[in-house]
Amino acid sequence: MAKQQPRVDAVIVGLGWTGSIMGMELTDAGLNVLALERGEDRTNEDLAYPKPADELQYGIRHTMMQKPKQAAVTIRRDLDERALPQRKLGAFLPGNGVGGAGAHWTGVLIRPTPTDLQLKTFADQAFGKGVLQDDMQIQDFGVSWDELEPHFTFFEKVCGQSGTTGNLNGQIQEGGDPFEGPRSEPYPLPALQDTQNTEMFEKAAKQLGYHPFPNPSANVSRAWTNPYGMQLGPCNYCGFCSRYGCLNYSKASPQTCILNALKQRSNFDYRTNANVTRVELAADGKTATGVTYVDNDGEEVFQPADMVILASYALNNVRLMLNSGIGQPYDPVARTGTVGRNYSYQVGGGIHCYFDDIEFNPFATAGATGKMFNDFSPGNFDSAQYGFIGGAKMHSSQASGTPIKTPLPKDAPSWGQGYKDALQKHYGHHMKLSMTGSVMSYRSNMLDLDPTWKDPYGMPLLRMTFDWKRNEHRLSAFMRDRLREIADVLQPDYRDESFNLEGSHFKVTSYVSTHNVGGAVMGTDPSTSAINRYLQSWDVHNVFVPGGNAFPQNFQSNPTDLIGALTYWSAKKIREEYLQNPGPLMSRA
Amino acid sequence: MASQPDNASRRAFLRNSFMMIPAVSIAGGVSLTAEADEPAPNLSEYQPAFFNDEEWSFLLAACDRLIPGEAAGKGPGALDTNVPIFIDRQMDSPYGHADRWYMEGPFVLDGSPDLGFQYPYTPRDVYQKGIAMTQAYCQQQHGQRFEQLDGDTQDTVLQALEANEVDFASFGETQKLEASEFFSSLLANTKEGYLADPIHGGNKHMASWKMVGFPGARASYRDWVDQHNVEYPLGPVSLTGERG
Repeated sequence: MAKQQPRVDAVIVGLGWTGSIMGMELTDAGLNVLALERGEDRTNEDLAYPKPADELQYGIRHTMMQKPKQAAVTIRRDLDERALPQRKLGAFLPGNGVGGAGAHWTGVLIRPTPTDLQLKTFADQAFGKGVLQDDMQIQDFGVSWDELEPHFTFFEKVCGQSGTTGNLNGQIQEGGDPFEGPRSEPYPLPALQDTQNTEMFEKAAKQLGYHPFPNPSANVSRAWTNPYGMQLGPCNYCGFCSRYGCLNYSKASPQTCILNALKQRSNFDYRTNANVTRVELAADGKTATGVTYVDNDGEEVFQPADMVILASYALNNVRLMLNSGIGQPYDPVARTGTVGRNYSYQVGGGIHCYFDDIEFNPFATAGATGKMFNDFSPGNFDSAQYGFIGGAKMHSSQASGTPIKTPLPKDAPSWGQGYKDALQKHYGHHMKLSMTGSVMSYRSNMLDLDPTWKDPYGMPLLRMTFDWKRNEHRLSAFMRDRLREIADVLQPDYRDESFNLEGSHFKVTSYVSTHNVGGAVMGTDPSTSAINRYLQSWDVHNVFVPGGNAFPQNFQSNPTDLIGALTYWSAKKIREEYLQNPGPLMSRA
Repeated sequence: MASQPDNASRRAFLRNSFMMIPAVSIAGGVSLTAEADEPAPNLSEYQPAFFNDEEWSFLLAACDRLIPGEAAGKGPGALDTNVPIFIDRQMDSPYGHADRWYMEGPFVLDGSPDLGFQYPYTPRDVYQKGIAMTQAYCQQQHGQRFEQLDGDTQDTVLQALEANEVDFASFGETQKLEASEFFSSLLANTKEGYLADPIHGGNKHMASWKMVGFPGARASYRDWVDQHNVEYPLGPVSLTGERG
């Protein structure tokens, strides 16, 4: 018999960005809220200088990331391959511990476009029959730009977003992104400083007629006090950002922006090393009664709650739904069920440019440092003639300059005297031209439970089925050609490139992106979405599932801004309607 | 070519930067290991904790070929910078024990290499097995142990490992550990030891950082970020406050 804790009004599974936001909102509404975090606590002392400035510990050994030991994902590329567990981290690096991935992210905080939110509507208008793959399952998000805009604005204030406004209430602003959706307020803070690579990229991009602007950043450019009274200090360009905790109180994270305010509230509590294994349902399966977790001593504990918020990252949210029997699992053959449907990702690629006589000082950088342009996002160019849908943000970013990760030309020796010579010659003389591309959703890109492998508590691992499709290969080839034109302007002494082109398959062995999305997507049709447009389970009404899992397909921008905005959007509906009248917020009919 | 900053901004920059260097040995709240305060050991006097004498001889010889020392050209080598000490310490760290990895069976060894590492082996296992089988290969091919071979021959052995041309199965390997897997671990760990902070046992006196121009754990460049295409003038500092 499991140990039982006293009942709470709401239990939150996972204490990263979405869990912290929900904690703030639900305690504001007067609820007694408990968060259960499976990792360690992580406090200011853990992030004090000089501790984070350790590439081996954080950049290479992934000390702040999820341990596959605790919950690996098994991976296959198609429905016929045998999935194998990802035994050590590679292609993606989910977070672990208080703050989640928000404690060690790069800090690019950018909105999707209004078109990204209604991609199916756009596709139906802009693409003739037969242009797109027939196994594509793209959908609208079910929420509009105007509905989300106030929540973007608020979350960006929480984070101290730094950048250059491009569209203020429909008026295009000089220096910003002319393709961004209309903002109701300018960026809270001005953009980060340029670096050598951003200066060169901007000049070349403008020469080719593009519209570059600073990467929207959650590494703050100036001192900032956010709506919760939390204070961030101006970024000192320490060079240890992406994969590291911030040593300077400059990177927006649950720690720097929310948690110290939340922890002061008497109606909030959290427990660490509390690994939730499943949501418990009432006998009729229509409501959750709480969650079961395994505590630090390995003991199983039942935590009763009136509401359950799954806030444990896209992949684990889907796994918890599947392991708990919430919603119908997706079947890719019969095309029934919704939980696990439409798993998606992002596709990267780039050209490494080496300049013997230019000093880039890549160690002097913020995580989000970079310039990008949005001329190739959906609706801004005619991709139908190239046979693909989607877009890419084109950028030159410089997230860190730590030496173990130094890129070297492909033909440089990987060891021996030649390696040492190449390291000496090229360190600090390199910049990258990159594309970060959207990935559509497809019948066979999905999540379900693995039939073989289990976690230490006996629960099945999540199985991911994912591969690059023709649409993304074509997108990559198109964007490669555009980046080559930029490289031609820059004329590096040496260049090499890497793209996911026709014939290439997903590999788990090297890093791709931690923008894993979909699997429990939002929508207005319960036959194609696991959660409704308020992020509420269609099947179990007191379970809400904020996270990247809600994206029906992925767009070219980084996901965190939308995840934050969607979480506030969901919380607003919970506060204004659900708490007064608990039940389904949308009818299934 | 890189230009030099003007004197006034350079002076202001130097002043600010020195103020930023932490006096970590006296600062409170900074956790440092006791041994990190000791001077870096001499490789010749170091007693490995994990590797036995025979394995250690291989490791020293292999690291010396992977990143050769001053004699072979400009810049320090793996032995000059205590890389083998780093690797020995890593074997006793959580990494050496695969503490974070998913190591539950079954272990399926015939899947696509693109699905990643599937061996039932920790890094400790990989080193012990990899070294033993490489030595058996050297005996078979050359009648000598790896460390007894001349440098060029050692390189051909390492090239054969890298290209997966050494058949570990013929030397008794039962779990399909491949020579190239062993080689890539050895090479990755060697580069880590060469370029990581000295707190982990390698990169003695930050010699590799000085060679490439990485300022280490300074981690404060607010006064420098707008100096484009100008060589950074200050040497590195380490996590323990050592200056180079």
